[in-house]
Amino acid sequence: MALFQRKRRNILPGFGLSMGYTVFYLSAIVIVPLSMIFFNTIPMGWEPFVHAVTAPRVLASYTLSFYTAFFAALFDAFAGLLTAWVLVRYRFPGKQFLDALVDLPFALPTAVAGICFATLYSPVGWLGQLLAPLNLQIINTPTGIIIALIFIGFPFVVRTIQPVLEEMEQEIEEAAHCLGATRWQTFTKILLPHLFPALLTGVTLAFARGIGEYGSVIFIAGNLPMKTEIAPLMIMSKLDQFDYAGASAVALVLLCISFSMLLLLNAVQEWQQKEYRS
Amino acid sequence: MNLQGIKKLTFAATLILASGIPGTFAEAAGNATLLNVSYDPTRELYQSENTAFAQYWQKKSGQSVVINQSHGGSGKQARAVIDGLEADVVTLALAYDIDAIADSKLLDINWQKKLANNSTPYTSTIVFVVRKGNPKQIKNWDDLVKPGVSVITPNPKTSGGARWNYLAAWGYKQKQTGSAEKAKTFVKALYKNVPVLDTGARGSTLSFAQRGLGDVLIAWENEAHLILKEFGSDKYEIVSPSVSILAEPPVAVVDKNVEKHGTRKLAEAYLNFLYTPQAQDIIAQNFYRPRNPAALKKYAANFPTIKLFTLGEVFGNWRTAQKTHFNDGGVFDQIYTP
Repeated sequence: MALFQRKRRNILPGFGLSMGYTVFYLSAIVIVPLSMIFFNTIPMGWEPFVHAVTAPRVLASYTLSFYTAFFAALFDAFAGLLTAWVLVRYRFPGKQFLDALVDLPFALPTAVAGICFATLYSPVGWLGQLLAPLNLQIINTPTGIIIALIFIGFPFVVRTIQPVLEEMEQEIEEAAHCLGATRWQTFTKILLPHLFPALLTGVTLAFARGIGEYGSVIFIAGNLPMKTEIAPLMIMSKLDQFDYAGASAVALVLLCISFSMLLLLNAVQEWQQKEYRS
Repeated sequence: MNLQGIKKLTFAATLILASGIPGTFAEAAGNATLLNVSYDPTRELYQSENTAFAQYWQKKSGQSVVINQSHGGSGKQARAVIDGLEADVVTLALAYDIDAIADSKLLDINWQKKLANNSTPYTSTIVFVVRKGNPKQIKNWDDLVKPGVSVITPNPKTSGGARWNYLAAWGYKQKQTGSAEKAKTFVKALYKNVPVLDTGARGSTLSFAQRGLGDVLIAWENEAHLILKEFGSDKYEIVSPSVSILAEPPVAVVDKNVEKHGTRKLAEAYLNFLYTPQAQDIIAQNFYRPRNPAALKKYAANFPTIKLFTLGEVFGNWRTAQKTHFNDGGVFDQIYTP
């Protein structure tokens, strides 16, 4: 109680009620369903759990899932920033059409995307045909996974940056220019710090989505043990052995790593925002 | 977010939800209904069988009956039934999946003794599909491990059909050499030649036929004929190995569910109907090997003689085969871990 009393009273009324709602909805929508993973894992016991989640194939799949999601999110950061910039700052015919295209990865069933990519990059596909003579193989390699994840994560970055860019006044840039800043300085000292929190949010969303993505990836990954098996596939293959506990165990570890990464990113964002304001 | 944005998101969410529903589930109204939960490639087979059975049952009992079908990967379908999909009958790719349902007490553990021929009204086997003219000269299992031959087969961890493929290769070598050790080396060499492990048999078919991957596809005999029909017999041909496995996809009544629905009589009649000459003809027309010798003779042109061994001969039973080969840490995992 002492802790509560020391806290400043919020000037906005209704904190208790709205907080209650928030906790209730978060529980119903997120916490309760996810806790099933936890409760499914408990009967397993510690040793089988450790055994299940540290099997070489499972470890390899974690590594693959995280690094492909990371590189895809990184690429999305650049591509998304540029796209958002063009969509906000320029006027051109067909702009609304382009704007709507950005959302397509949201709407398309991910399996469809996966099949499209696999067909496109296959040795007889449009792009695969061109790459085959160069000995560049995309399909059935981690590169293929990254391409699928770039597609899936792209709208997250664009859609989080767009509103922030829209609110930014162009006058600030003009002022910077008048004060003698070079274009590069304007970009790094004025634009980027302002956009950074939104960019980070978008990238985090794309990254988190990439770790869990299943539908589009399995069609292009090749699913070779130790090489191109993503973590969600390990969960599916454990389920196909009717090994519910093992599947939950792999899922639990995935969840814990993802959650701590999201927490970390949130912390970085908060720190960055404070830095920017001061 | 503005209203338009919300609308867009709702639309997207609806699409995603609609695409996420597993299997297909044809709902229809009628006097009596049965739900047949089956695996992927039997869609066309059971469509024909269901029409035939409905006529047969109408004539026999005067009752009209509608049979709903649900299709998906065999393991996934078994899980759906375990998790509460109220199937009256299950017709799956392998006995192990029905064993798993039996483990959850939905049907008797000795289910496979209840109908003739190990409760499998039809069989199939594992053959090869190659590109027209057979450019890599693939004639038998041994040709699959040659350097430079690229083999397409799905992942046995996630596909029931793929497990039959794996066991067929293993059994061939073990019968030939009498040594399980040599069989393991052979299977290991074979999977070295596999560039992609799709999660299901249909996925492998697409990789091979549509994406042009691989020189040879290991497939169910019925699926091989379907590829020739769908993608053109001018592009692909079927090669039958000298020895292969007798694949037995079993059928069973789900006791708990038929008791709940009061459909036991109908469900049993439905499965028994599959053994009748009429149904056996339909089976053969769909390129599954019928049990009935007369039907097999009638369609003999579709079914070349292959020396077939049973799963029991080489592996004992499905539970042991699953445990030794496909469970985590099993032989399949070992051949991939350095």
